[in-house]
Amino acid sequence: MMLDLAKRMTLFRPNWLMLISVAVALLLALPVLVILTNVLTGQANVWQHLIDTVLTDYISSSLLLMLGVGAGSLLLGVPTAWLTSVCRFPGHKWLAWALLLPLAVPAYIIAYTYTGLLDFAGPVQTLIRDLTGLSYGEYWFFEVRSLPGAIVMLSLVLYPYVYLMSRAAFLEQSANTLEVSRSLGYSHTRSFFKLALPLARPAIVAGVTLALMETLADYGTVKYFGVASFTTGIMRTFNGFGDAAAASQLASVLLLFVTCLILLERYSRRRISYHSSGIRKASNRKIELNKKQGVLAALVCFLPVFLGFIVPGLQLTYWAIFSSEGIDSSFIQLAWNSLYLAALAALIAVVLALILAYASRLNKRKAVQASVTVAGLGYALPGTIIAIGIIIPFAWLDHKIIAWVQEVFEVRFGLILSGTLFALLFAYTVRFMAVSLGAVQSGLGKITPSLDAAGRSLGYKPMDVLRKIHLPLMKSSVLTALLIVFVDVLKELPATLILRPFNFNTLAVRAFELASDERLADAAPASLMIVLVGLVPVILLSRSIGSGQAH
Amino acid sequence: MRDMTSLPPAHMLTDLDIKNVSVSYDDKAIIQGVNFKLVAGQIGCLLGPSGCGKSTLLRAIAGFEQVSAGTIELDGKVLSEPGSLINPEQRNIGMVFQDVALFPHLTISQNIEFGIQHWSKSERQQRTEHLLKLVGLSGFETRYPSSLSGGQQQRIALARAMAPKPKLLLMDEPFSGLDAKLREELVPDVRAILLAEKMSAILVSHDQMEAFAMADQIAVMSEGQIHQLDTAYQIYHKPATRFVASFIGHGDLLPSKVCGSNCVVSDLGEIKGKTDHGFKADEEIDLLIRPDDILHDDDSEFMGEIVSKWFRGSHFLYRVRLASGKVVYCFASSHHNHCVGQSIGLSVHLDHLVLFPRES
Amino acid sequence: MLNFNSKTLVTKLARPHLKLSSILSFILASGLSLPVIADEEVNVYSARKEALIKPMLDRFEEESGVAVNLITGSADALLRRLQVEGEYSPADIFITVDAGRLHRAKKAGVLQPFQTAKIDELVPEHLRDSDDYWYSLSQRSRTIFYAKDKVTPEQLSSYEALADSEWKGRICVRSSGNIYNQSLVASMIEVNGAKATQEWVKGLMANLARPPFGGDTDLLKAVATGVCDVTIANTYYFGRMMKSDNALDQLVAEKVGVFWANQAESDRGVHMNVSGAGITAASVNKDSAIKLIEFLLSNEAQTWYADVNNEYPVVDGIAPPVNLASFGDFRTDKISLTKLGDNNLEAVKIMDAAGWK
Repeated sequence: MMLDLAKRMTLFRPNWLMLISVAVALLLALPVLVILTNVLTGQANVWQHLIDTVLTDYISSSLLLMLGVGAGSLLLGVPTAWLTSVCRFPGHKWLAWALLLPLAVPAYIIAYTYTGLLDFAGPVQTLIRDLTGLSYGEYWFFEVRSLPGAIVMLSLVLYPYVYLMSRAAFLEQSANTLEVSRSLGYSHTRSFFKLALPLARPAIVAGVTLALMETLADYGTVKYFGVASFTTGIMRTFNGFGDAAAASQLASVLLLFVTCLILLERYSRRRISYHSSGIRKASNRKIELNKKQGVLAALVCFLPVFLGFIVPGLQLTYWAIFSSEGIDSSFIQLAWNSLYLAALAALIAVVLALILAYASRLNKRKAVQASVTVAGLGYALPGTIIAIGIIIPFAWLDHKIIAWVQEVFEVRFGLILSGTLFALLFAYTVRFMAVSLGAVQSGLGKITPSLDAAGRSLGYKPMDVLRKIHLPLMKSSVLTALLIVFVDVLKELPATLILRPFNFNTLAVRAFELASDERLADAAPASLMIVLVGLVPVILLSRSIGSGQAH
Repeated sequence: MRDMTSLPPAHMLTDLDIKNVSVSYDDKAIIQGVNFKLVAGQIGCLLGPSGCGKSTLLRAIAGFEQVSAGTIELDGKVLSEPGSLINPEQRNIGMVFQDVALFPHLTISQNIEFGIQHWSKSERQQRTEHLLKLVGLSGFETRYPSSLSGGQQQRIALARAMAPKPKLLLMDEPFSGLDAKLREELVPDVRAILLAEKMSAILVSHDQMEAFAMADQIAVMSEGQIHQLDTAYQIYHKPATRFVASFIGHGDLLPSKVCGSNCVVSDLGEIKGKTDHGFKADEEIDLLIRPDDILHDDDSEFMGEIVSKWFRGSHFLYRVRLASGKVVYCFASSHHNHCVGQSIGLSVHLDHLVLFPRES
Repeated sequence: MLNFNSKTLVTKLARPHLKLSSILSFILASGLSLPVIADEEVNVYSARKEALIKPMLDRFEEESGVAVNLITGSADALLRRLQVEGEYSPADIFITVDAGRLHRAKKAGVLQPFQTAKIDELVPEHLRDSDDYWYSLSQRSRTIFYAKDKVTPEQLSSYEALADSEWKGRICVRSSGNIYNQSLVASMIEVNGAKATQEWVKGLMANLARPPFGGDTDLLKAVATGVCDVTIANTYYFGRMMKSDNALDQLVAEKVGVFWANQAESDRGVHMNVSGAGITAASVNKDSAIKLIEFLLSNEAQTWYADVNNEYPVVDGIAPPVNLASFGDFRTDKISLTKLGDNNLEAVKIMDAAGWK
């Protein structure tokens, strides 16, 4: 019945919105489409070579990586989310927001720091050798630079997505539901597995999907660790063979992975009603843990923060202090570049996400629904591929414009779109649309069609309904979308590297250039700065989630 | 926002006139040629099973749906006709929703004042105070919807919808989310509140008891059409169609044959009405029998065997199998306690005959 | 106000037009502010990291008054960008750290030939393109490093010999995605043929102490800490570590020795790759671009490469990196750099097929 009403919702005569949304989606899908059209132009022999030699490797490593990161982020994200949202134990308040901190640490940076720390040449293994007198190979030690190592690194910085989503879900579950199950003889543990977990499942799956898409798109970590994943394969084919077509073919296989992921996520939500109940019963009743349990819970929650944030943070700080590359005035410029770029990209991504989300809410036509899906595809593609997919159409358009201007005004112009921040912002939007869309849609899902109708029947025009009802109700999800995109853009590297204009650097570019030149310590100040700048929105995010419970 | 000058005084009552209205989605007709008239100050009800189109009709009145044929007029002014409609916010029609739809981010008084922001502050306060008193929730001004019970939330939703003094109040299954006891309390309360405010209203419901308790005029709907528009009494006692007869109350159709201008013959003998029924002699027809039409009568020559029974406090409701095998309901006063399997005498007491032509 | 540092250049105002101002204001309004156009400028796409090129560009600006604009990035991405930007590309100069990429750029048609007497005199024949599309700016040698406490120089001879079974479990290499490795294998294809090279890669892989990993610095550290006995790396990383005061880097300098590969009488010498530059076909500042390349070949710049990044100069008479000089003179492979580019694709395929991850 509710679904029916949603279908018939006529807040606007929505045709123009539908047109805009399809246009936006097409625009965002443009780089992906460009890549796909490249598929047809490849040299068959390169593709055949890939199938004969390395393709199975790429597929199996990527699958293992996804499996591992999926399990890892679940293991780190879900129990901590549950503990901090329904239990009371020492430090639960600050742990609740501290658990988001690793979100500010880029995966490639955590990979550098742990390698520096745990590698055979790092202080830990050196200490072991000094203490035992053994030499390398005579003792067992966890090999950081390996597939399992990559899984651990990615899990440590990606679990916050799962934590974020599942915590929101746990907070929304009414305490009554859980009390009912207890009165029916279920223990806390059983209630968790039989009730809380299944109820939160769509949110958890959404979080894991985000983490897995990030995993598929990750290039820095897998490359540094020598893992032959799909992204390293794409870049290797692109660089080694100079063959964009074969790289595109690999990228298309990657897209297939992503599409499966998205479909899987949809499937897991299939029986969940479209709108959750309009008003949730706030409850402050929390489970009081006894001392022993409390300490254990605190430890469980502290561990991801410690490993995902404190350890890399300290290592970076140590390096930054002892590196030759001090923090000078050029850093202010770098930080400013990163900051405003990220802020602008976040704004654009969220505005477009709002348009798409509203279009799909008001219009259940296949075209609109499909465009929402298509718009999010870019999330799993490595930034480099997206960047290539952008410069091709942009340059084409530039050439057309220049030719026209030349003809009409007899003036020669340079490139207008490519090589400007516009191209860069566009790339960010393509890359992070899925994140922004996810947050916005989940917020919108909580506003029932009746709320719109109530506003209208009380004498408000559609725009007023948006302003007076949707805006305040959407505030926190829009903020979430803004902040996540902001942090993601701050960390983004490959697209920035390719698309940025002349004389324009960001913190991530600086950190990468030094690190890839194997000067980890010198890269530390810039890395630390990324983490610090990213910390601000992450803390804001934590606070907004906390205050979301107010009434 | 709404123009103050177009707002009529609250005492000026208005008629709703729905003429020949159809509503379609994707070429599929949901409402087909419906006529409905509500006299000012009255409470109407759209009654029917789910999927009959009653909510759609309500939403068309509110302006959330386009009509594909016909017109909707309020107070002589056309609100909807094919290809043109006055926006919901310009209709001055209030609405109460099944899922309450209180704004979770606003306090109770902010919710109520939402539709009267253009009033002066003192007027608003006065109105809110008055309405809260009317719905019996004075003192709740600063609370948030989530801290209220379901019944309280529905009262606030009513107050919010009435605040701008709409010409017409629409209520979409407002009581369906509430438990039976609460509903029993709230239904007469709401009627009293509406009468006190002299407010025309239309209720959508699938529950006939709710409709009987609330409405002056009931439109029984099925498959996009109104089968009968009448008072509760008439709908029960003089159903216009087979559907109405079966949907409203308990009842059985007894195969009969016409034996005169005001007489039929059935399993329970010859039954006479006070008025002519208009069927031809010897025509095969079905006679509607309500449980209260058949009484337990030890002296009657017509016997039936009790199949099942329910004790209703003041009376028994029996299900009785007649000689022909047809099973009918029968009321008996509560001291006539018989066992299942026992045969009892039955007699029919009918003022007027409700007959339907036999369906082939 | 956003500073959209676009290269929206009005390079040729043939006939000032009234409507031009309205176009400009439109562009300004749409958020693209035109940069102040210097009298002379040159735009550089560089695969050399900013830290390893910017100081010299700044010096050039100071000296010549020509403004230099820079974008750094991976050679392949920049090349791709040059290709799609085509005739309107703002770039004047394309700098890479690998001859193969310059060769690829030439074949892609984004470079143009250029020649000046000065450049002709400074750059040796084998360190430039045969058709003058590009010139080397510096050389880097990729040779064999060994753990002094486990290996004697006498045990080592050539790259080829590292596939011998005596090295089983004793060698570290970085991944085959690395251009330096690709270039080394490409040079071996030229000398030994594809089949022998594939056998060699297989043999080398069989001798690895652990799967390919890390960068050259990591490889050197691995040798120093006993993970493996021998590795192949670029010398400038070693030179950098020798200069560092970091304890671990010092350990590397102390424990690891340099061995110049393939120095036998009849052999070809140490594998060398180069960083180099070409002028783009779309260049509108060709004069300034040539000036900049000449500057990068000047004594000052060549010495800077040697001093700061421990690379070998291309210009005769400039001293090689001081701290590497102690390892003695060596003969370099004089293979035509063009061949490295030609063989690159096959090198990658061979490495794939032989299981070099």
